[in-house]
Amino acid sequence: MAEQHNTEIHAPSQGHEKSFPPFDTTTYSSQLFWLIICFTFLYVVLSKLALPRIGEVLEERRDRIQRDLDKAAQLHEETQAAIATYEEALASARAKANTIADETRAKLNAEIADERAQIEQEITKKALDAETSIRQAKTEALGQVNKIAAQTTQTIVEKLIGAKPSSSDVDSVLRS
Amino acid sequence: MASSNGEFDPIHQFEIQKIFPMEFMGYDTSFTNSSLFMVLAVGLISVFLIFSMRGRALVPGRWQNLAELFYEFVANLLRNILGEEGMKFFPLVFTLFLFVLFCNFLGMLPGSFTVTSHLVVTAALALLVIAIVIGYGFYKNGLGFLKLFAPSAVPLPMLFIIVPIEVISFLARPVSLSIRLFANMLAGHITLKVFAYFLVSLASAGGLLSFLSVGPLLLGVAMTAMEFLVAFLQAFIFATLTCIYLNDAMHPSH
Repeated sequence: MAEQHNTEIHAPSQGHEKSFPPFDTTTYSSQLFWLIICFTFLYVVLSKLALPRIGEVLEERRDRIQRDLDKAAQLHEETQAAIATYEEALASARAKANTIADETRAKLNAEIADERAQIEQEITKKALDAETSIRQAKTEALGQVNKIAAQTTQTIVEKLIGAKPSSSDVDSVLRS
Repeated sequence: MASSNGEFDPIHQFEIQKIFPMEFMGYDTSFTNSSLFMVLAVGLISVFLIFSMRGRALVPGRWQNLAELFYEFVANLLRNILGEEGMKFFPLVFTLFLFVLFCNFLGMLPGSFTVTSHLVVTAALALLVIAIVIGYGFYKNGLGFLKLFAPSAVPLPMLFIIVPIEVISFLARPVSLSIRLFANMLAGHITLKVFAYFLVSLASAGGLLSFLSVGPLLLGVAMTAMEFLVAFLQAFIFATLTCIYLNDAMHPSH
């Protein structure tokens, strides 16, 4: 290197002859030689080692993100389904509650009506019974009245005439 | 790396200097500063991509994130231009992109050597791309690949004009692909060097001129930022054009 410089300095005419470096064909063989080695080496290293590795990592990441997104979508769907189920359950429960309430109301109404009917019936019966017993009592009482009248008549007649009339006589008299 | 004798020489940074002289089958295969920076770029890329992914973390760290960023960037580029079937060229495009990118960026270090500022390197890369395009084009489409030069729905007489134009434009591809990258890197580095030299010579001139050196300083800073952009952009363009050319190989009929 130093020698080259020396010749350059000491012999300017020779330096002047030196061609423009990029067009200096004497250096081409060495440049090409090393370019081929370097480029081939780089190509092999990159295509066999470095690039597959980067590609793998990127793909893995893409897959992972896709998986996460898929999972998120799936969870979202599940949530929606759960909400739908819940709402359905809620609606059916509400409907059921309504029917139960209706049924209970109907049942209670029926029971009440039943009871009322029964009580009314009882009351009617009791009233009838009472009427019957009253009529009976009346008849009885009326019967008693006849009896009492006969007795009284007998007693009165006995007192008046001193002889006791037979009850059949009294009866016939009283009936007439 | 200004010339040792203090002379201003913006071309000096592009000189190939032998570190270990070697010969292989009669050809000069010396390990030069160019080779050194190629090896450095390849080593940095490999170490970066392999060690950053060591953890294979689901939630990436800083380095892993950067590696994944490069990966996704190139993968999206390929997917957009070539579709899913083009992913078989992913390692190639990725390698090209990162190699050019790292060579460009390493060249931005002061005193370093820019591998991609040499036409033979960019031409070799461009020829590799075109060779793959041609090889794959014929492999996949057979002679149908030649439809690339004869767009469908063009009337026969027009073909006599269209076909030569298409052939010339196809042949121009490796040339433009290689020269674009090479010239950008070369010109950018020369510009930076010129500004830096201008700055130093103004500052050391003394007096009022020293104050004027603020101008080239600011411009130099702006140019450096610009060069970083260009370093990235050229790598990106190289990768994009590779994809576009590969697309022709896959779908030759326009």
